[in-house]
Order: sequence, then structure tokens, then C-alpha cells
Amino acid sequence: MAFLELEHLEKSFGATRVVKDFQLSVEKGEFVSFLGPSGCGKTTVLRMVAGFETPTSGAIRIDGQEVTGLRPNQRNIGMVFQAYALFPNLTVAQNVGFGLRIKGQSRNDIDRRVTEMLTLIGLPELGDRYPFQLSGGQQQRVALARALAPRPRVLLLDEPLSALDAKIRVSLRDEIRSIQRELGITTIFVTHDQEEALSISDRIVVMHQGVADQVGTPFEIYNRPTTRFVAQFVGTLNLLDATVLNAATGQVSVGGTPVALNRALPGGGTSLSLALRPEVVSLGRHEGRNLILSGRIAEVHFLGSVIRVKVDVAGNMISLDTFNRPDLPPPAVGSAAEISVSERDLLVLAE
Amino acid sequence: MMGRRFWSWLAVFGSFLYFFLPLLGMFMFSLRMKRGELSFEAYRVVLTDPQFQTTFLYSMVLALITIVFGTLISVPTAYWVRLKLPKLRPVIEFITLLPLVIPPIVIVFGYIRLYNTSSVLPLTGSWLGTNLLVLFGYTILSLPYMYRAVDTGLRAIDVGTLTEAAQSLGAGWVTILARVILPNVLVSVLSGAFLTFAIVIGEYVFAALLNLNTFGPYMFWMGGNRAYEPSALAVIAFAITWACMGLIQLVSRFSKFSQVKR
Repeated sequence: MAFLELEHLEKSFGATRVVKDFQLSVEKGEFVSFLGPSGCGKTTVLRMVAGFETPTSGAIRIDGQEVTGLRPNQRNIGMVFQAYALFPNLTVAQNVGFGLRIKGQSRNDIDRRVTEMLTLIGLPELGDRYPFQLSGGQQQRVALARALAPRPRVLLLDEPLSALDAKIRVSLRDEIRSIQRELGITTIFVTHDQEEALSISDRIVVMHQGVADQVGTPFEIYNRPTTRFVAQFVGTLNLLDATVLNAATGQVSVGGTPVALNRALPGGGTSLSLALRPEVVSLGRHEGRNLILSGRIAEVHFLGSVIRVKVDVAGNMISLDTFNRPDLPPPAVGSAAEISVSERDLLVLAE
Repeated sequence: MMGRRFWSWLAVFGSFLYFFLPLLGMFMFSLRMKRGELSFEAYRVVLTDPQFQTTFLYSMVLALITIVFGTLISVPTAYWVRLKLPKLRPVIEFITLLPLVIPPIVIVFGYIRLYNTSSVLPLTGSWLGTNLLVLFGYTILSLPYMYRAVDTGLRAIDVGTLTEAAQSLGAGWVTILARVILPNVLVSVLSGAFLTFAIVIGEYVFAALLNLNTFGPYMFWMGGNRAYEPSALAVIAFAITWACMGLIQLVSRFSKFSQVKR
């Protein structure tokens, strides 16, 4: 049985259903991210696990224990907030020791654990400071230490990196992941940043309008998105309009070029959208990419190591990346170009 | 430009005279108890008067209990309203402002009508009951200052998130209030407390009508019976009030962790 189980969770605020039939099993020690745009219900699910919201229906089980009816302070869950939420009247050490004091542990035990946690987050010398004397990144690390100090069963992170600047965000992200691995704590991480979710998680739950659209490893989510929403929200995506020639065998035509997808197509429509990631498209002909489409260079963006090129193929704008080569200037805008793709890299998306 | 500046200074000077001349006159008068010389004789008499000591102590104790009462009522209420009932805020604010609109004499008359010796709850019949009544009255009088101060203090912190953070760490409501909310609004509570102190020390109507020997009636009695001592007493009362104001400033300046957004 999984360590953390969410069964048929539903949440409505008045007439609006914010979370619809949400199901998830998280194994012990797993790092799961909830990814989605704002208002998709990911924070609401997290807050139901924490106990700050009561599910309209459904059940939450941690380690076999039903916690749906328990108050937040009875659940033994650690939480880190976007706004840090350190207690301004307490020093860093007192903040980290807060949960242990509530548990009634002895002063010695608290001191030892606080030192241990401050060392873990790399701020052993800042115990006497007040939160307002720390930078945002330091405050969030202290908040992490405070959440972890009472040895919670589950760690919940509610967009903990959103308030930080870009550089700290990346370094703290890696730090959170390594601390999580070291402690082996079951973690749920809420974010709207796909790069964050892809880089940090064991599994990702992509949420959209209160529904878990897809659950899978970052590799699966990115390479085999099952819905149009997942494909568009995670990573950059090119869409190609195609006309269905034979739905059963997967014969379609893109701008007059016949394409054999070799798989049955969903739905009975005469047209559909094919999706492809920028990195599966090459400029010019390449071995193994035997579908050749002709078009015209529409835009060229020189980004340093990478050049992003947009090619107009029969009215579809296809974005692709090539590496910079000092001996080869980027293609000229308006010139004719061929792009090559492998048929198996074309995604057929359900609506 | 010059003309305008002249008029501003004249206004400042005028109001200075308006405020300080009577004080100065009163102070000078209070020094003339001994004929032909300036002395602090009146102050000596007042301060050594056992009546002064007992009534002042009495009022001080009442003021301190009122502050505790007021804090216990205002902090949880303001906190709860901010956290759970934000829509009720205008209503609660209106209620806390009522004591400024309803004269104390009305309140105390109501008390006497409701709680007299022939009523269901004869509070005025006993020493304890009367003191409870006057405490409730004072708490109501201080409510506008106390509640507003606390509410303003709560505005400076993220009440919702701090509460959730404390809850996730295992804290119950009492712990949250005592260890998280109260310490963070302590400066505001103290400024409310000093105002309360000043109000209760000088309060006359409640004490007189409930027949309690507090500092207010003592001052009144002095004024009717002595010449120099009332002036000395008034100067002392001023000094206490100003000391309270000074303490508010001091406390808010020296609190360790409050430099954040101030």
C-alpha cells in the first residue's frame, strides 16, 4: 500500500468545483510535483493534505491512517510556504525549534536538533539572527529546516521558490532535492514552473481545471503527453494541422505531403493536430528523420549557444532549435528551407 | 514666502502659549504654598497624604487589570475577525467605537439600573461585584484604543500564513495566540495599554457613581477643599500621562524585531 493516498478527493467552494475526483498514491520517500497554471486546484489539494481545507468528499490516508478528519496540528506534516512565514518575533534557532517546543521536548534535544537542521541547510552560524536580517533565500531555507525539524511524515512545499530571484531559485531547488533524498522524506511540491517540476521530481501530476490530467515521470510527461493541455503546458510545442486519410491505419496528409503514422487515430474527424517538440525537428535532411517538409524561414533568434528558428510550413509555424556553429552563419529570414522529422516523434493528442 | 513663514510661526507660537501658559501658571501656583518663597511643599503634602497613596494605588491596580482584560478580549477578537470573519470587520469596528459616542454616565447609569441590589444579578451589593462592574466599564472605555491598536498591529503581519505555519508545526489555538500572535502585536498592545492606563487613572464618572475611592474622586475632592494641592496633583497627573506617552515611544523604538517594515 502506498504511503500517502488521496482517494476521490473533491472540493467545491460554493457552486465551483475546484478539485474533481483527484486520485494519487505516493510511495514513501517519493518526490511528487503538482504542476499547473494558477487556479488549477493544485494548491487546494496540497492544503487539503495539510488540513487547511476540508475535502467536500474523498479520503486522505498517510501510512494507512485516515487523516481526513484530523486538524492540521494533529497531522504531523511539515509545510513550507511561498511567503516563508517565519515567526518575526523569534530568532532563526527559535523558529527551527518551534515545532519541537510544542512537542514538549527537552531543551538539550531541541538544541541538538536545531544545530543539526541548521547545518543541513548550510546556515549553522545564523541561529541568533532574526528573520528580517536574512535574505529571501536564507529565510526559505530556515523555513525548510523549521518544517523538517519535528520529523514530519510528509513534507509539503507550496511554491517555495516563487518569491526568489532566478539564480537562488535554481540553487535552492537543487538543495531541496538533495536534502529530500538525504532524509528520504515523502514530499509534495506545488509549482507552476514546468522547468522546476521537470528537474526536481520523481513524478509529476499535471493539473488542469481541478483534474489530474496526467501523472508520470518527468520523462513520460515531457515525451509522451497524453492530453493537449499537458503537451502545451509542459515545454514548447509545435502544432501541425493534418488531414486524415485513413484513421484505422494512421494515414494523414500535412500540407499535401502524405504521412504514415502507423497507429490508429482517435476520434472520427477528418482533420487533427499533430504535435512535435522543437528538438525532434532538424533543419535540412537528416538520417533517420525521413519525413521531409518544405517551408520558408520566418524568424531567426540568436540566443548564444542555441539558435531558435521558426519555419512556416503550409501555414503552420514550426519552431526548432539548432546549436550555434561559429563557421556557419544562421539561415536568412525569407529563404526556403526543408525540415526533417521522424514519424514516430509526431504526437497525436486527445482533446 | 517670508510673510507666510511669519504667520506659520505666529500660529505655532500662539498655540504654544495657549497650551503651556495655563500649565505654567498652574505649576507656578503649586510652588507657592509657603508664603514668600518657591517650594515643593504642596507636592510633599500630596505625596505623603495616605489618601493619595491608597487611591492612586487602587486606580493603578484597576488600570492594570483593565489592561489585562482588554488584551484578553481585543487580541483574540481582532485576530479571529482578521482570520475567519473579515466581512464582520466593519461591524466589530463600529461596536468598538461605540464607547466614544455613548457617554460614560449613560453606561454607568445602565449598570446601576441593571445590577442594583434588587436586580437578578446584584453586583452593586458587594465589594467584589462593584469592582467587577467598574472593571467592565473601564474595559469598555478603553476598547476603542485597545482594539484599534491591536488591529493595526495585526495588519503588519501575515496573520493567515503565520497561523497555518504554526498549525502545521503542531500548535493549537492557545499556543498560536500566546507565542505567535501576541508577541508580534505586543508593541501595539502596549501603546493601547498606556492609553488605557491614562484613561483609568483620571476616570471620575464610573468611580463616583459606583462610590469607589479611586484617584479621580480624590482629585475632585482635593479641588473642592484645598488651594495649592490640587495644582500639584494636576501637575503630577500630567507627568504620569506624559510618561506613558514617552513609554509608548520608547517601547516601539526599542523592540528588537520590529525594525522590519517601520
